[in-house]
Amino acid sequence: MTTSSNFLSNLALAIILFPLLGCLIAGFFGKKIGQRGAHWVTTLMVGASFFLSIYLVKLVVFDNLTFNGAIYTWGSSGNFVFDVGFLIDRLSALMMLTVTFVSFLVHIYSIGYMKGDPGYQRFFSYISLFTFAMLMLVSANNFMQLYFGWEGVGLVSYLLIGFWYKKNSANEGGLKAFLINRVGDLGFILGIGAILAFFGSVDYATVFSQAPALAASNAMVNIYPHIHWSAITVICLLLFIGAMGKSAQMPLHVWLPESMEGPTPISALIHAATMVTAGVYMVARMSPLFELSPVSLSVILIIGGTSALFTGILALVQNDIKRVVAYSTLSQLGYMMAALGASAFSAGIFHLFTHACFKALLFLAAGSVIIGMHHEQDMRKMGNLRKYMPITYVTFLIGALALCAIPPFAGFYSKDTIIDAVHLSTVFGGTYAYYCVLIGTFVTALYTFRAFFMTFHTEERMDQHTRETIKESSAVVWIPLLVLAVPSIILGWVLEGPMLENLFGNAIYTASQYDTLSTIASDFHGSWAMMLHAVFTLPFWLAIAGVFCAWFAYVCRPQLPAVLAQRFSTLYTVLVHKYGFDEFNNWFFVKGGIRFANWLFRVGDIKILDDLMVNGSGRVVAWLSAAARKLQTGYLYHYVLAMVLGVLVFGVWYS
Amino acid sequence: MTLSAYLIVSSILFGLAIAGMVINRKNLILLLMCIELMLLSVNTNFIAFSHFSGNLQGQLFVFFILTVAAAEATIGLAILMVFFRRQHTISVQEMNSLKG
Amino acid sequence: MFQNLPLLSLEIWLPILGGIFALMTGDDRRAHTARMIALFTAIICLLLCVPLYLGYDNNSAAMQFTENQPWIAHYGIDYTLGVDGISLPLIMLTTLTTLVVVIASWRPIKTQVAQYMAAFLIMQGMMVGVFAALDAVLFYIFWEGMLIPMYLCIGMWGGANRNYASIKFFLYTFFGSALMLVALLYMRYYSGSFSILGYWTLKLSMTEQIWIFLAFLLAFAVKVPMFPFHTWLPDAHTEAPAGGSVVLAALMLKMGVYGFLRFSLPITPDASRMLDWVVITLSLIAIVYIALVAIGQKDMKRLIAYSSIAHMGFATLACFMIYLILNKTGSIQDAYLSLEGSMVQMISHAFSTGAMFFGVGILYERYASRMIDDFGGIVNSMPHFAAFFMLFCMANVGMPGTSGFVGEFMIILSAFKASPWIAFFAASTLVLAAAYTLWMYKRVFFGEVTHEYVNNFDDIKGSETAVMTILGVMVIALGVYPQPLLNMMHVTVGHLLTIANTTKLM
Repeated sequence: MTTSSNFLSNLALAIILFPLLGCLIAGFFGKKIGQRGAHWVTTLMVGASFFLSIYLVKLVVFDNLTFNGAIYTWGSSGNFVFDVGFLIDRLSALMMLTVTFVSFLVHIYSIGYMKGDPGYQRFFSYISLFTFAMLMLVSANNFMQLYFGWEGVGLVSYLLIGFWYKKNSANEGGLKAFLINRVGDLGFILGIGAILAFFGSVDYATVFSQAPALAASNAMVNIYPHIHWSAITVICLLLFIGAMGKSAQMPLHVWLPESMEGPTPISALIHAATMVTAGVYMVARMSPLFELSPVSLSVILIIGGTSALFTGILALVQNDIKRVVAYSTLSQLGYMMAALGASAFSAGIFHLFTHACFKALLFLAAGSVIIGMHHEQDMRKMGNLRKYMPITYVTFLIGALALCAIPPFAGFYSKDTIIDAVHLSTVFGGTYAYYCVLIGTFVTALYTFRAFFMTFHTEERMDQHTRETIKESSAVVWIPLLVLAVPSIILGWVLEGPMLENLFGNAIYTASQYDTLSTIASDFHGSWAMMLHAVFTLPFWLAIAGVFCAWFAYVCRPQLPAVLAQRFSTLYTVLVHKYGFDEFNNWFFVKGGIRFANWLFRVGDIKILDDLMVNGSGRVVAWLSAAARKLQTGYLYHYVLAMVLGVLVFGVWYS
Repeated sequence: MTLSAYLIVSSILFGLAIAGMVINRKNLILLLMCIELMLLSVNTNFIAFSHFSGNLQGQLFVFFILTVAAAEATIGLAILMVFFRRQHTISVQEMNSLKG
Repeated sequence: MFQNLPLLSLEIWLPILGGIFALMTGDDRRAHTARMIALFTAIICLLLCVPLYLGYDNNSAAMQFTENQPWIAHYGIDYTLGVDGISLPLIMLTTLTTLVVVIASWRPIKTQVAQYMAAFLIMQGMMVGVFAALDAVLFYIFWEGMLIPMYLCIGMWGGANRNYASIKFFLYTFFGSALMLVALLYMRYYSGSFSILGYWTLKLSMTEQIWIFLAFLLAFAVKVPMFPFHTWLPDAHTEAPAGGSVVLAALMLKMGVYGFLRFSLPITPDASRMLDWVVITLSLIAIVYIALVAIGQKDMKRLIAYSSIAHMGFATLACFMIYLILNKTGSIQDAYLSLEGSMVQMISHAFSTGAMFFGVGILYERYASRMIDDFGGIVNSMPHFAAFFMLFCMANVGMPGTSGFVGEFMIILSAFKASPWIAFFAASTLVLAAAYTLWMYKRVFFGEVTHEYVNNFDDIKGSETAVMTILGVMVIALGVYPQPLLNMMHVTVGHLLTIANTTKLM
């Protein structure tokens, strides 16, 4: 046993360190090895990680091996020990596989997409670094390392959004992403603080084993004199704030659309497939904690449902192809969160996997379109691209069908399970969330196929020059698309059964009273049956309706959207302004913050402290000395007189 | 002659010196002379006390003081001469360029 | 072979001697000799740290490498030196920082080189003296003596407004320490000697403790600097030459916190426990208010100076938070995290902030300005420098994997034990520090080149790269593996906590 777990930890270490090695080589010796060298070394390293991950999954899932242990002691203080260590179980192994898979394909894709960019080596170094940080995040066996990976992916995301540093909007997008993530991290680190305070350890195993005792003991956190909250709820809510930041849940979602300023491969890898799902992964990983706090489950369910519906609606009015996909990511993240809130943790992670494949596919296909259109992203200037880019067209269609949950594509299985689970959920807010995710299916289909039709069908709206040069992208670009299309079609069909059964083993804990998935599992009679049964369910017809509406409004009657926009102009304005989050943040936090800061500096530091206190005391001394100096006239006779008078006074006094 | 007679003389001398300092506000030489006069009055005291108490130490001190006074007068007059060469005046009121 | 050497005395007097030698080279015609003397001395001092580190026994709470010579026996003043797990890391930091400053000043300082090098060498000796002294008078002499070279450094090589800044710096810090002297003399009256360790065991009544505590508080709060006493620091930093800023930020500010650890906590434990809220409140104000003030700064050095104050707020917060934790749990085990976090925060702050001041110095050398608006798009002409600066910015915002994370993480985590609200205000730095640091980075480094001359900037090379690399390696090493540093201080911190938790009242 020890040898095999030793082997497992070494294997995981290799998987994690290979991308770091690639990053360092490409980063430090980028000039020496050149562009070819950089993409070869990083892609090979990540490829090696990917193949090792397959082997790891084989060992963990089929041979039932697990590993939980420290690699080295990072630091210790008093009774507290902070290790760098791995927890390799079914959940983390499958996550590592997903991360390395998408990352590997994105590496290959970037060879084509980033061709000729002056920051070519830097780009490959960054995405390898990202892979390393993300792997650290998912493989952590304690909160300290989780936080390391958490911040690490945030950093690389910041660097990559601002990759084209000459573009001001890119820099601002990066800064915004970083700061909003930091707001989430504020909650997250407080959550870790609370965990350390109540459990005396940041190790997952210790925390999870003591969690029921803490919940039973009714420990309280003193929020304010006379206001006490249950410790476990405080912990869960604080952790969830972190997840809201990273997984872009309302109201911390505003950074994700801005992140589209980065190169498209990044949007696929970081802002769709992996990093933004870190919050989902974290909540699922903490399922033994969250299951003890119905309040936080409700919060997750409501916020997840809200995000799923309302960010999806925003995608309807976007014209930038990447932003449409970005808003759909927000909405799908909402679905995952809602699943977690309904205690269907496995379903949430399952949707994470399928979403990673079909959303990466959509983004990369969108990237392929953008290459073809010479970096034009506005869908109003596209149209009828199926004629020029057949492979991209087909793969985009597959991705879109998967996203819309049309059977038998991957998204159907995961999303349908989520909707059922939310329907079955008994915690507060379950009904609200159910209607959100239900209407969400219609909205999803509508905006997805709106983008699809506007891009690939309808008449050609590009200018003459573009039309002549437009062509299918090169092989390094479309091969990853084809590879991603495969799991987008079959992954759901393959994994639905195991997922409901026990795919994640002990990694996920569900309390019996919230166990929605077991009810679904008892009704499950194989993937075929589920697919056929779909015809009798509401979500399926809503999705079909969405597709039909999109077809009707954008292909049959192209003038209809404009009429609707005019008719419902108030609603339209609200949507175009994205419910005013950006305006509010800009006005209140950015402008107000800077103004407040300047005011504090001017009044607090300059006026009160410096002028009044410091220089003021200096002035008092100067004034006193000026007064005292008047006594020193410099004339001898004044002194003599004073002396004589003094002697006389003394004489009189003592006589 | 009693001791008090000597003391009265020296007090008068001292008083004259002080009066000279306070009343005269212009001439630096006068100030120096007044200081010398003060020292002389003190010297008178020393000698008188020495004589009446039969202790020679007082007279010894007078020699010291005379030496010091001579040196002091020399230096004072030298400074005065240099000053006069530069400023063409020895008026006390004009001597304020170092005043803060 | 090193056991018999008076290592600490060597660390103190060797640089001072080196400084005098450097001064003897005279004017700038022999500037190179002065530089070589300074470099040589600094390297020897750094090498002397190796036997110090190897010979130090992590498992003993006693003072080590002690030296004890009667000095002015009549007044009970001795020449006593010694180190423990709190002062040793700071001494090592001092020697490393001086070496880095000497290297970094190689090219930029062109006038009065001998005097400049001498000032830093003498300062190094004095600062090691402060950390090693176990006699109050000796401590006080070094404490005040250190101000003179710093004062000269700002006054001679400083910027346009240097007179105001240097006098403000000198008067402010001097004023604070005067009261400390009174407290030290008062305790001498009772204990009969100036031994600091003797003060630790001195029984004091509550009233006495409170007065002594307040006297210390003023001295150390000015030095740290804590919230209402901080305005000298931005002025001093902006006017000081790069090397001066680095020493000021990396070492001098640490003396205040060191003072809290060496004097306030062990000598006046009951007053500290009673008045802990004063320091905690002021520290939290420093963390939030100062960070907000930093956002609005237009001068890079001033901005970093404010960020320095906010970071030191963490260190002082952690020093006194231990009482809240001790009151809650009663066991000292939980308080380790806080106090050790404070120590790590100090060390890490020295590297990250020091490096940022160097960075501004490098820009200042290319275009004599510190204003953010005078730069823009520097990454286009200085990509390597931009990469290094990004690393140090990340350390400044507490990115895991860099040194800045370790201290902040430990302090925020232990703060939750003390009170969730303290933790919240402390953790607000996550957002605020990121805001001011990265906004500055964006305006200075990213974007199109905004001024013609930025295109002509040379990327860093030679001594500049060396300095940045040394500091970068330290930042990463400390962030990835802080355990050796923590190991050094475990026992000492435990000892200190025991003393700080024991009442002195009769």
